[in-house]
Amino acid sequence: MSLLKYESTLREPLVDGDYSVYREVTYGIGQWNLNKTIGWGWDITNFVWWVGIGHAGTLISAILLLFRQGWRTGVNRAAEAMTIFAVMCAGQFPIFHMGRVWDAFFVLPYANSRGPLWVNFASPLLWDVFAISTYFTVSLLFWYSGLIPDFATIRDRAKTKARKLWYGVVSFGWTGSTKHWQRHESLSLVLAGLSTPLVLSVHTIVSFDFATSVVPGWHTTIFPPYFVAGAIFSGFAMVQTLMLVTRKVMKLDDYITLGHIEAMNKVIVLTGSIVGIAYLTELFMAWYGGSKFEYDAFYKYRIAGPYGWSYWTMMTCNVISPQLFWSKKLRRNVAFTFIMSIVVNIGMWFERFVIIVTSVYRDYIPSSWSVYYRPSIWEVGFYLGTFGLFFTCYFLFSKFAPVIAIAEIKHVLKTSGESFKEKMDVIEKESVEHFAHGHAH
Amino acid sequence: MSIDLNTCTGCAACVVACTAENNVPVVGKKQVAKYHEMHWLRIDRYYAANRKDQFDDVNVLFQPMLCQHCDNAPCENVCPVAATNHSSEGLNQMTYNRCIGTRYCANNCPFKVRRFNWLDFTGADSFPDNQQPLIDEGGMDAIVMDMNDDLTRMVLNPDVTVRSRGVIEKCSFCVQRLQEGKLKAKKASRPLIDGEVKTACMQACPTDAIVFGNYNDKESRIYKIRKEEQTKRTFYALEAIHVLPNVNYLAKVRNTDRHVGVKEEEHDGGEAHEAKKEEKKEAVPSGH
Repeated sequence: MSLLKYESTLREPLVDGDYSVYREVTYGIGQWNLNKTIGWGWDITNFVWWVGIGHAGTLISAILLLFRQGWRTGVNRAAEAMTIFAVMCAGQFPIFHMGRVWDAFFVLPYANSRGPLWVNFASPLLWDVFAISTYFTVSLLFWYSGLIPDFATIRDRAKTKARKLWYGVVSFGWTGSTKHWQRHESLSLVLAGLSTPLVLSVHTIVSFDFATSVVPGWHTTIFPPYFVAGAIFSGFAMVQTLMLVTRKVMKLDDYITLGHIEAMNKVIVLTGSIVGIAYLTELFMAWYGGSKFEYDAFYKYRIAGPYGWSYWTMMTCNVISPQLFWSKKLRRNVAFTFIMSIVVNIGMWFERFVIIVTSVYRDYIPSSWSVYYRPSIWEVGFYLGTFGLFFTCYFLFSKFAPVIAIAEIKHVLKTSGESFKEKMDVIEKESVEHFAHGHAH
Repeated sequence: MSIDLNTCTGCAACVVACTAENNVPVVGKKQVAKYHEMHWLRIDRYYAANRKDQFDDVNVLFQPMLCQHCDNAPCENVCPVAATNHSSEGLNQMTYNRCIGTRYCANNCPFKVRRFNWLDFTGADSFPDNQQPLIDEGGMDAIVMDMNDDLTRMVLNPDVTVRSRGVIEKCSFCVQRLQEGKLKAKKASRPLIDGEVKTACMQACPTDAIVFGNYNDKESRIYKIRKEEQTKRTFYALEAIHVLPNVNYLAKVRNTDRHVGVKEEEHDGGEAHEAKKEEKKEAVPSGH
């Protein structure tokens, strides 16, 4: 019944990741295969990838709440949890990609005794610090405030003293009074209002890391909307991956319906098409812009050249394959959706890899052009480690917290009720033997 | 700084002088193979051939490349902790003990002159004994251990910080020499005289290709070169991206002893090597 039984299998990557990080901190980043030309490789690729994944939760909770999309209640809790864990994973990379991680606190603008030496507010990396920490805080508050009434429900039904005490503490003495509900509703609305611009701002600011630079291939104004669309795209794909597993393992078919899956697939095909247009616009501008360096970066060293395969992997996974979701049959096919969700996440990983590595490896001066970049075992270990962290957190969450927002799902019980009635109609028409057989286990 | 590409012979004495003066670490073969070398100054080579596949008769152009100390430096604004900034004298300076090693500046440097201390190359790291395990594993050469005993450390320049692992470093225009010169001048109650302070690369250059000085001083060599003597040959690297370098180059002019006619140009056509184009660009007088 619980996803937790898989946890021990996933603890292993977490341990690998810990060891990789330990080595990096102790011996240095030279163990990674980055070099004087490629200053960022897997580290920042993974960072942007995880941040992108962490977009869907808040989009579902906040924007879809404001748009009154009732279907979101089936998936929002798990999606929000996923957001929080993904942002936690994302945070590992900018922290541990630093050469001197023990001095990471320098990026915080705290009062100190160093005179005029403070943080540099002109740096996009500093904006990242604010954008991501704000996003994480608001998402966490949003998620937790939604959990409070549900924790109270669990507390009220707890069978053991320890459970009762624990869930009593985490539900902050929720009684379900009208006053509590009123405050809860207004808090949710305020947090939704706060989160909505954050969904757009976080990845916009992450894209500024690249857009504000002078590196050909990074220096483009299209990045903010392109990154946001890509983030929603990959976020929804990751929600699909997790929800389909959760739905299967925890038998939540009645709550996470084909309608949910189809609605999310529609978002995937929409955002996938937006990123497709962004890719083509980039290519067009590289030609139309008339900058030789940019033209070369795109046409000689990105779509062709030693990393051409990564560009075409990205194109296939992100632009071509999601178009299959125009077919309603495929949109409602669970197995196909699951495969596609993984394909999209592979594609979005390659998008970040293409943007980061294939831009810097050959920039202005040919004498500094780099050798072919392959990750070292410690870079891969670090990446796998974040998977360990992510799934460990997600499984613990699914064990100890309701994966479906119990309080919120009650708002949409009418539709569920109707589908239940439909089911009852079928059952009523069934023969007794057939019914007994079907419900025996 | 002005570097004359006409007189530069590519001998690399400047590279060696810079390495010795600034305690630039020796990283060993394995790390060089990973593109982890630490040189602050390098000699770029451009080859000009008539055709792409003709290598028996190529012209070579040497271009010493070092931090250009840009006035509009792309590295400075991207550092989240302001570890690299501009001095009032126009130097792009690095604060090693402020650097946290995000490498953003190195990515954003169009000249790729910033160097990251990938591993403990100097024995100056705060973590003890972290060279030997890597050497044992084969990740690093034992040569980095050479600097670990007190006697060998005597070769280090005491005026220059030995950088620890995880920070970026780059050409400082021998700021320690500038500082010394300024202090001497101050003690003698006079302004710094042009040519009194030489950077290590300038001092080592056998052909006097490198000239360093105060451009705001109208009597200085550097001012005369840029504004009076070599106005036609002065150019700046990658002017198109408007980083406003403080290092200028003087274009190489070849006496080919033959008519450079329309015919030959046509013959070159679109197949000319990129370096050829580069050279042509250099011949155009600068707008600066």
